[in-house]
Amino acid sequence: MEPIKLVYPVDGGDFIEAGEASSKMKMTLKKLGLPSDVIRKAAICMYEGEINMVIHADGGQAEVEVTMDQITLKMVDHGPGIPDVAKAMEEGFSTAGPDVRSLGFGAGMGLPNMKRYSDELDIQTELGKGTTVTMKLKIG
Amino acid sequence: MQLSQVKEVLDAVVLCGEDRLDEEVSSACGSDFLSDVLAYVHSQNLLLTGMVNVQVIRTAEMTDIKCIVFVRGKRPDEDIIQLASQCGIVVMTSNERLYTACGKLYANGLRGY
Repeated sequence: MEPIKLVYPVDGGDFIEAGEASSKMKMTLKKLGLPSDVIRKAAICMYEGEINMVIHADGGQAEVEVTMDQITLKMVDHGPGIPDVAKAMEEGFSTAGPDVRSLGFGAGMGLPNMKRYSDELDIQTELGKGTTVTMKLKIG
Repeated sequence: MQLSQVKEVLDAVVLCGEDRLDEEVSSACGSDFLSDVLAYVHSQNLLLTGMVNVQVIRTAEMTDIKCIVFVRGKRPDEDIIQLASQCGIVVMTSNERLYTACGKLYANGLRGY
């Protein structure tokens, strides 16, 4: 099978819209007939990434590649970057404001959840330039 | 537990998915923190929550949760119900508080993960 490549823009302005890209991706993965547990993990990983982009980076882009044995999710933003990645990986650490918390997020679980549900997580970040989070999930 | 029994135990009102009350749920979780739902979900397919916004529906969609019960009498607006309907998620509202709603379902045999 040729790798399938999908690109989803993530609108940064609107918290209400967050999740649309993940929703579309999930539907596509279902159509491809992938196992439901892998689809669920990939959907959660991308959704957390999408929420992070909306909260911290004014949006960005999600690039998804599906091969026979792997899903790669690449979340690319041009936001402020992450000053301390190790700190950001700690469960419970968050820089999100009270407005985000009042919506049920900002508990410092985003990146830890992405790590929890993916097989590989890589974060490239530069202050003032942006962040690229790449997650790989094995199929089967 | 059948969704019709969830409705009965919680004296809930169904806001969408009335035609799917014969479906079964095998376990449940209760939280207002969506990040925690995303962190701890395994095979739970019923969510009880007092948080009302469109991301509750998205969270359920991503995690394969098939029914959401809003507690403390909370009612989502029409846009939220419509999104749930599109996602194939059954939505109910109950006047019970979160702790009591969870307790009643647990006592009737619906466990957590």
